[in-house]
Amino acid sequence: MSTYMREPGLLARDAEGLFWMARYLERVENLARLIDVTQSFESPGFETDAWWGLIRINADEKRFKERGFSADATHIKRFYLLDAGNPSSVPGSLEDARTNARTLRPLMSTEMWRQINVFHRFVTRIGPEDLEGDALSRLCTKLKDGVQAHTGITEGTLYRDQGWYFYELGRLVERADQTTRMLDIKYTALLPRGGREEKRMAELTQWNAVLRAGAGYHAFRRRARAEFSAEDVVHFLLRDSASPRSVLLCIRRIESHLDDLRRLYGLNAAGEAIELAEMLRAFIAEKPLGHILNTGLHDYLDIVQIQLQNLAGCIGHAFFRDWRPEPASSSETRGQTQVQA
Amino acid sequence: MSEIFEALWPDYDPGRFFCELTAHRADAGPVPRLLAERLGRIGLPDLRARAAAAETDLIDLGITFTVYSDATAIDRILPFDCIPRVITASEWDLLERACKQRVAALNLFLGDIYGKHQIIKDGIIPADLVFKNSNYRPEMQDFPVPHGTYAHICGIDIIRDEAGDFRVLEDNARTPSGVSYVIENRHLMLRTFPDLMAGIKLMPVDDYGRRLRAAMTEIAPGGGHDDPQVVLLSPGIYNSAYFEHVFLAREMGVPLVVGADLTVENDRVYMRTTAGLKPVHTIYRRLNDDFLDPEVFRPESQLGVPGLIRAWRAGNVAIANAVGTGVADDKAVYAYMPRIIKYYLGEEPLIKNVDTHICGEAEGLKYTLDNLDKLVTKPVGESGGYGITIGPRASKEELEASRAAILAAPSNWISQPMIGLSVGPTLAEEGIGPRHLDLRPFIVTGKESWVLPGGLSRVAMKRGSLIVNSSQGGGSKDTWVLARDFTAEEGAGK
Repeated sequence: MSTYMREPGLLARDAEGLFWMARYLERVENLARLIDVTQSFESPGFETDAWWGLIRINADEKRFKERGFSADATHIKRFYLLDAGNPSSVPGSLEDARTNARTLRPLMSTEMWRQINVFHRFVTRIGPEDLEGDALSRLCTKLKDGVQAHTGITEGTLYRDQGWYFYELGRLVERADQTTRMLDIKYTALLPRGGREEKRMAELTQWNAVLRAGAGYHAFRRRARAEFSAEDVVHFLLRDSASPRSVLLCIRRIESHLDDLRRLYGLNAAGEAIELAEMLRAFIAEKPLGHILNTGLHDYLDIVQIQLQNLAGCIGHAFFRDWRPEPASSSETRGQTQVQA
Repeated sequence: MSEIFEALWPDYDPGRFFCELTAHRADAGPVPRLLAERLGRIGLPDLRARAAAAETDLIDLGITFTVYSDATAIDRILPFDCIPRVITASEWDLLERACKQRVAALNLFLGDIYGKHQIIKDGIIPADLVFKNSNYRPEMQDFPVPHGTYAHICGIDIIRDEAGDFRVLEDNARTPSGVSYVIENRHLMLRTFPDLMAGIKLMPVDDYGRRLRAAMTEIAPGGGHDDPQVVLLSPGIYNSAYFEHVFLAREMGVPLVVGADLTVENDRVYMRTTAGLKPVHTIYRRLNDDFLDPEVFRPESQLGVPGLIRAWRAGNVAIANAVGTGVADDKAVYAYMPRIIKYYLGEEPLIKNVDTHICGEAEGLKYTLDNLDKLVTKPVGESGGYGITIGPRASKEELEASRAAILAAPSNWISQPMIGLSVGPTLAEEGIGPRHLDLRPFIVTGKESWVLPGGLSRVAMKRGSLIVNSSQGGGSKDTWVLARDFTAEEGAGK
């Protein structure tokens, strides 16, 4: 070897920051996707029911009330798109992503940092008028564009050492979680009154919207039979091995990244998380779908979400926990900066 | 001002002040004229448009500092002025030698007051000034530091008076900031004003990170033979200089850590990584002494690392700057610097101090109180331009308040004559106008001292204002040190 290159290692705090920055940004994109699809579920006279579905799948009922909003479509939109005080909102998540980015600035490329700053400024300037009528869909597109620009810049510029793996892990955990929520939102959507054919058509439209939200509409069309069933859509979003947002694909990539961390960087603490990921993969891949749909998709998705949380907790326990000397006091310390959900 | 400038800038009038661009300097060659011509060609509207674009660039890049007032914290950019300040090769030669001289004296002084106390025994400086100084650290007594270097990173504030003579205004030997702007300003100029710089040969500024890393390696325990682990210790993202901490960590290629990342076991310092604890050998800290180690200093502080000083005293980690350097850059000690330089080096200061009256001494107090309306009074413990009263510009009430403050604690105050700081042409509301500026060169010392060519030129953006501090609305300029082999013919092309 002609030159000696050092293995710089990765601070536990930075690993955590990368994991969460990726999660927050992925959350912004998915929230935009969910809002877009929710808008298409609106039926005249029942707008609030459609939007309340968003609150339900995010389990935000309590927080929504605490923030002092009244339960109507306008306020739910504001809760998610304007209310920076709501940590599950777009501005709230982006604020947290940027705070993490500030702590990670030494590891990030200048291009990544600049884009987050510019995107953050854009989001702080969203106004009530951007939530009205056709402006809302345009706003969602811009939000998706913002995160995708981030993702692309990261792909092209972030140095691929340990840090990149933790970044990817955060993104994949969040994406898998969000895909389960996209499926769930279909079950909160109302079907119109009317004849059987009318209901069937409405249901079809709703499934197509969910597929679009999951960026899978076209791929699904290519794969599915002409007369597809609900089961096919669920299969596609949960188990398709090629769709970038399917839960199974996310879990497989998580497993592979954890394995790389163990193999390439000697991080043996990954073992427990790898076992959890394997179990979760089996849980998703093996149960017959018909059975799941009969016993209740919502409950099943709940379990998947809890398992994902456990997996994230396990990764945190193995790699991040160590840097906090007093877990309870972290929020008081000015020098410590991570903000977590 | 020469006729050329009168023709190019008929409205530009530096008055009685020394102008850093238009005053005649033999080895400035054609650069000042070239600059003025090029600025004229660009024209005011384009100049303003590009200056605005440059500031947007700074915001997008998060090149900001944080200003705290009451309970609010606001991210601000350091206003950037696009008209550079030009230092000639001979001027730089003097500045560079003077900075090295000053740092050598500061380090010898620190070694002495934490060693044999010879300068005190010889009656050069009063014992109280050292031992009763709030920045004096008894923990440092008889503790040897590698290469006798205490102040590894120094920033020396230098101004130029109406006669064009340089004067040292202040030494910064604790954790001086601003160096990141020197380098970022150059990058910004290269991006935004390539046509202003074309063909002009300058001393480069991008070697700072490598030099700093090298110095940090030299002071590591064991002499830095085995590629020691250097880290930059920052108070975190809420610190006003956080951007600079990031910048320096990146330029050095070392981790930026906060106190919680470090731990001490068996008197050794480690950082917490994903793979467990990893040894740390040199800490470039951007944290004040009293926050470093709650076991020794402020027990309530969570920014530092418990046990750090133990590890340091055991010789297992190097800390830069060393603990206790604050006593050397104190404004009261500053008044003795000419004598300190002479005492240790047997030389006259290459650049003089500003005349300083020490209110802690009867004579200085009387003179200060008798001439309050003519003097600038400064509290000795403050930095950032806080607490300063400029006599000739103060109201009657302000002068009385200043008098009361001085009488309440005379030894906390010094006074200096009002210096007519030099000016540089600056893009201002009225067009291109003169604005006062200073210069802070940065000196890095491991085994030996190295001075970053140029330094930070801070400029008071308000017309007539003498306060250049960023916390008081000052801005900065790119600082050009003309290369020695610069010739008129080379530079004059296009």
